[in-house]
Amino acid sequence: MKKIEDKEILLNIEDLYVQYDTNEGTAYAVNGLNFSIRKGETFGLVGETGAGKTTTALSILKLLPQKVGKITKGKIEFEGRDIVKLTEDNMRDIRGSHISMIFQDPMSSLNPVLTVGDQIAEAIQTHHPDLSNDEVEARVDSVLQLVGIPASRKNEYPHQFSGGMKQRVVIAIALVCEPKLLLADEPTTALDVTVQNQVLDMMSNLKRTFDTSMILITHDLGIVCQMCDNVAIMYAGEIIEMGSVYDIFDFDKPHHPYTKGLFGSLPSLQVDSNRLKPVSGLMPDPMDLPPGCRFNPRCECCFDLCTKEAPSVFTNETHSIKCHLYGKTKAGEIQC
Amino acid sequence: MLSNPLIQTTNLKKYFKTSSGMLHAVDDINISIEKGQTLGIVGESGCGKSTLGRTILRLLPATSGNVYYEGKDILTFNNAEMKAMRSKMQIIFQDPYASLNPRLSIRQIIEEPLKVNKVFGDKAKSDKRILELMDIVGLARRLANSYPHELDGGRRQRIGVARTLALNPNFIVCDEPVSALDVSIQAQILNLLMDLQDSMGFTYMFITHDLSVVRHISTHIAVMYLGQIVEYAKSHELFDDPKHPYTKALLSAIPIPDLAYRNKPRELIKGEITSPIDPKPGCRFAARCPYVSDRCTAKNLSLRDVGSGHTVACVLYEE
Repeated sequence: MKKIEDKEILLNIEDLYVQYDTNEGTAYAVNGLNFSIRKGETFGLVGETGAGKTTTALSILKLLPQKVGKITKGKIEFEGRDIVKLTEDNMRDIRGSHISMIFQDPMSSLNPVLTVGDQIAEAIQTHHPDLSNDEVEARVDSVLQLVGIPASRKNEYPHQFSGGMKQRVVIAIALVCEPKLLLADEPTTALDVTVQNQVLDMMSNLKRTFDTSMILITHDLGIVCQMCDNVAIMYAGEIIEMGSVYDIFDFDKPHHPYTKGLFGSLPSLQVDSNRLKPVSGLMPDPMDLPPGCRFNPRCECCFDLCTKEAPSVFTNETHSIKCHLYGKTKAGEIQC
Repeated sequence: MLSNPLIQTTNLKKYFKTSSGMLHAVDDINISIEKGQTLGIVGESGCGKSTLGRTILRLLPATSGNVYYEGKDILTFNNAEMKAMRSKMQIIFQDPYASLNPRLSIRQIIEEPLKVNKVFGDKAKSDKRILELMDIVGLARRLANSYPHELDGGRRQRIGVARTLALNPNFIVCDEPVSALDVSIQAQILNLLMDLQDSMGFTYMFITHDLSVVRHISTHIAVMYLGQIVEYAKSHELFDDPKHPYTKALLSAIPIPDLAYRNKPRELIKGEITSPIDPKPGCRFAARCPYVSDRCTAKNLSLRDVGSGHTVACVLYEE
């Protein structure tokens, strides 16, 4: 099997800016995003509420709320085509067949008055109108079996399924057209741990079968560590640290102060500790972002430069950090 | 048995009548919590952990059994006695968005328990206490006249904590107080709860589905499954040496942010929690258990001591 690093690039995002124009003012949700994903790769997008993770996913599908949300700069290249420039008609072909999305809440992403079989069939018929009814039904049956639901249950309604089963149905709809890229937005947050474990296990098997690339949006660092090849940590609409899972979860390597704070917030299952060491304060208001480094008001290592100038990205092989501590000095020279 | 528990329940049951039968939400629970300690109640959604918390506080009437506070059975109290009792037993709710009245300012929210219980005769004293409470939970005094919608989840949960502390309680039920919050805010609130316990000697019952949180904050842990406690032990003992197959499955299901655990096969348990309506006799986990045998469904199981107060309800540990 080819290694992920040698495969071709499927999605490439360059200098992406997204803003929401609201009555209260302009919210700068995504500010200069750069990353790319290869075929078969699982890319983790981590951050707290308001970091811009979901906005990034919605931009890739061009599903930002009309009039309010818009991409102001940058490009999103999918298989060499710039999605930002595509028309709505072109996008309809891409959504659901080339790129599909699994939403966070399985309870509200299914239609309560249609059977699950009909909802899966809808996705197939939209993208393959030439298929006969029998062919569509056969595909519904096979995809249900794939996600671990007996095909005999296809005539049941969403309320007859448990939470974990509903999320399997949502995954079946997302996968039925064999997309090249899957956007999973907190796919297991609404589920219990034992069920989460089953769903994650199923997702990684399916991903391997279809060689699908996946953007996994989550705030759970445990899931990222178990599932992802590469990881980006977002803060206030920017990627402040990015690297392979072996860069991010290696505690001997240098890290962004926010990354350290995120890890310090997690109670450990292995080590007894008296108190947690979280980042103090709150995520900044996207309408009123601080000048310089966006993280400077909460950063313990903040110095003069941080409040004046935005840091550039310091890269060491696969690992990059956006912080003055590493950018303006040699790695590890300033210890905080 | 504990020598002098602050809270103790014996054979506590709470059933709900439904159209399809009796729902056994809390089924024969015996727990005790000593003063100054934290009992963590862990379990998946639908296992009855919140119902247990509410039944202990008499926010829900118990079907049968007893709840003792310092040796007195509070289920026998009349309304006046119960009202006096309630100031000593408080609850912090899960959702800081739904548990605060949107039409009251922060000052009014914290004032309400003081007013209801007529703690202070004059306004000045009451105001002083409100500001004091805001200091304790780390809310800036300037926010006193703000409304909940102006604040973020972490600050709202701090209001919930301040309201809980207003009447100087001894026993606090924390019902998933951090699960609606982001990790860094969650850590801030956990630290606050632990600091308060150190300085004021509170006794907590901490209800959560998050095992890493429960390990961090609890002295003892009870694992619940479908209305029953299946395992009880000191916190570190439960994590170092889990006995019940369900506890083991729960522990191995948590994704750990450590590369050493990457690509390690994890124990998957099949299925989901079954219905709590008219459960069959025998172990309720049997349908999902990898070690299931005929003995599991033969009779009801009770918690059995496997050494130094570590108890487990499973045929694997019966003689």
